[in-house]
Amino acid sequence: MGLRARLIVLVAVVLLSAFGAGGYVWQVRQSQAQVQAAASPVPVRDDPAAVRAAPHLMFRSTALGTGYGKVAMTPLSDPDGPRVLTDASCERVYATRAQTICLSAERGLLTVYRAQLLDAGFAPKLDLPLTGIPSRARLSRDGTLAATTSFVSGDSYANPGEFSTRTVISRTGGEVIGDIEEFPFYVDGRLVTAIDKNLWGVTFADDDRFYATAASGGRTWLVEGSIAAGRVDALREDAECPSLSPDRTRVVFKKRGDLPPGRWRLAVYDLATGTETLLAETRSVDDQVEWLDDGQVVYGLPRIADNGAATSDVWRVPADGSGAPQVLVHDAWSPVVVR
Amino acid sequence: MYVTLRDRPGSDTPGRTVGRRVSSTVLLLGTVSLLTDVSSEMVASVLPLYLTAVVGLSPVAYGFLDGIYQGVSALVRIAGGYAGDRGGRPKWVAVVGYGASALSRIAMLPAQGFAAITAVITTDRLGKGLRTAPRDALIAASSDPAMLGRAFGVHRALDTFGAALGPLVAFALLAAVPGSYDSVFLVSFAFALVGVAVLVLFVPNLPTAVGAARLGVRRMVAEVTGARLRRPLLAAGLLGLVTVGDGFLYLTLQDRDDFAALYFPLLFVGTNVAYLLLAVPMGRLADRVGRARVMVAGHGALLACYLLAAAPGGGLGLTVSVLLLLGVFYAATDGVLPALVAKLVPAGARGSGIAAAQTMVVLSRFVSSVAFGLLWSVAGSATAVLVFAGALTAGIPIAWWLLRRVDAEPAVDVPAAATPDGRADGES
Repeated sequence: MGLRARLIVLVAVVLLSAFGAGGYVWQVRQSQAQVQAAASPVPVRDDPAAVRAAPHLMFRSTALGTGYGKVAMTPLSDPDGPRVLTDASCERVYATRAQTICLSAERGLLTVYRAQLLDAGFAPKLDLPLTGIPSRARLSRDGTLAATTSFVSGDSYANPGEFSTRTVISRTGGEVIGDIEEFPFYVDGRLVTAIDKNLWGVTFADDDRFYATAASGGRTWLVEGSIAAGRVDALREDAECPSLSPDRTRVVFKKRGDLPPGRWRLAVYDLATGTETLLAETRSVDDQVEWLDDGQVVYGLPRIADNGAATSDVWRVPADGSGAPQVLVHDAWSPVVVR
Repeated sequence: MYVTLRDRPGSDTPGRTVGRRVSSTVLLLGTVSLLTDVSSEMVASVLPLYLTAVVGLSPVAYGFLDGIYQGVSALVRIAGGYAGDRGGRPKWVAVVGYGASALSRIAMLPAQGFAAITAVITTDRLGKGLRTAPRDALIAASSDPAMLGRAFGVHRALDTFGAALGPLVAFALLAAVPGSYDSVFLVSFAFALVGVAVLVLFVPNLPTAVGAARLGVRRMVAEVTGARLRRPLLAAGLLGLVTVGDGFLYLTLQDRDDFAALYFPLLFVGTNVAYLLLAVPMGRLADRVGRARVMVAGHGALLACYLLAAAPGGGLGLTVSVLLLLGVFYAATDGVLPALVAKLVPAGARGSGIAAAQTMVVLSRFVSSVAFGLLWSVAGSATAVLVFAGALTAGIPIAWWLLRRVDAEPAVDVPAAATPDGRADGES
């Protein structure tokens, strides 16, 4: 092929690539605009004070269009009804009546992640330590403790598998207690010193005790920890992202069992008897589950919308293994029940 | 037939470019790398968000994929180097490598499950492993041996520029079409496709084994493990063993410094910018004062880096200094190593020789990572860094002793006109 012919082919490839990719992006943009314009926007209400006054559900709104990514609230009496949209944008949200913990990503030339405590009016009042991609967030019931988990990943081709989570507990007054990975971790009374140890997904029992996931060597454990004692102990194997029931008798978590990597089943573990119950949800759930009440749990599941955009819904399922999962709130993610 | 042949050392019309600038083949390969790196860094920068937010992977699954992302390419590097040498036509091995990575972008569109995504990422990294050594052999084959450092410097600068551009393109796209990761994958594919087109259409299919009999596995092994390469390989492995991965250094910085903690992603960019700016000057310096000397001195910058990172207290100035020094280290080693090795092996084994050296670095750094992680968990980050600083202090003079004669050694298999004499003719 002569130079001229090769130049022509290159120009053809460049044009094809530019118009092909550009056209696709343009078409996605058009259809997103269409969805926003045409699709019934989620019904919105405008009385945040009234919703906050009663027990309510808080979540990240994933309805396409205005309000995407904003923190929203609906009353527990009508969870899938009109939602209050707040000004806060969070990837992950958790809350008590007085305050909200918000893990956010400021996407830009460089994506910067933040963990902030917001006051009752959703104004930032404290920056919490966070490094990396936001993953989990929890507050203790009395609102004095906050825990955040993020993915931290070093970046070097030379370091296969260099990856870890950072799970930091702080007092909401501002004191940072630290990375719970530094707490000694015991399995059957034996200290685990493995280098690949990781902890994540905290759920608080009171203002000292907490449950979390520990992982090492491809195994995971449900662990119980104490801030005062500064240690964590394994309770049982194969459990991730625990969440303690309101009556503090059971923990719901994701378990691998014999499923392939990246798939989980939800199970409830009775802390007193040690019995485990698989829930009726058979789809893979990767979320830190929340308790709707002592009888039901709620969790987010991703969904591909009609136009191909990624969104999600919040589902509920009975905590005793009976029944079938049902959608609790459409276009929602990261649910938290504020009683 | 190929216009670019003119710029090859030893080819006709030596008056214009030879000796002054790097050959057009190096610029073309740099362009291919730039486009491909825009493509791969676009995906790499959104991948964590995509996998955790859209696909919904948890830490364990994500860590597994991350490991694949980092590890797979080391395994096929030698195969790529050997395939390029054995066929004597490294370009086509490089085309297969770049092509596989390009195709993996488009395969991200339908890939939804964990297994599918793992397969796609593996393909991409196999492609990267396959193409690296034959591409470096092509750079060596098209360059004046006296200017290899500069040639690799120019290539790595273009490559790094693409890597810096990729995330910008990706996040600009996500700002324009929120949540449409498919758009990111498709645009990434378009960049990769143009890169492959430039490679196929314009990079000359330089035979690396000019006139020589092609080498069988046994000869190849003999060449790669032979006396001339043994000491550089040992030195590369030794230095790799005392090199802490930059990820760990960043973690050390963020452990003590609020700025580093909040702007963690900026740390990678800071190092990249320093590398980008210094790659060519360091390459030229290596050509002038000796590649082994610059490579060893680069590890001196790394040592300074460790000491600053382990210092108690700190602040913005210290963090920026660490990133700068890390950039100096990469500029003084990443492109300089193949330049150093290329001279020591006959053209017919060049890809294998370069691949052997790079694999040595990757494997020894893997061992050092594991050791460093262990030390970190037992003794804390500052102590771990200081221990490695001590090991590096001992390693540098040994490496220098191993490499002491390399700069002075004459190149093997150099076409007559491309010797320094030939270059002098070109300049007259």
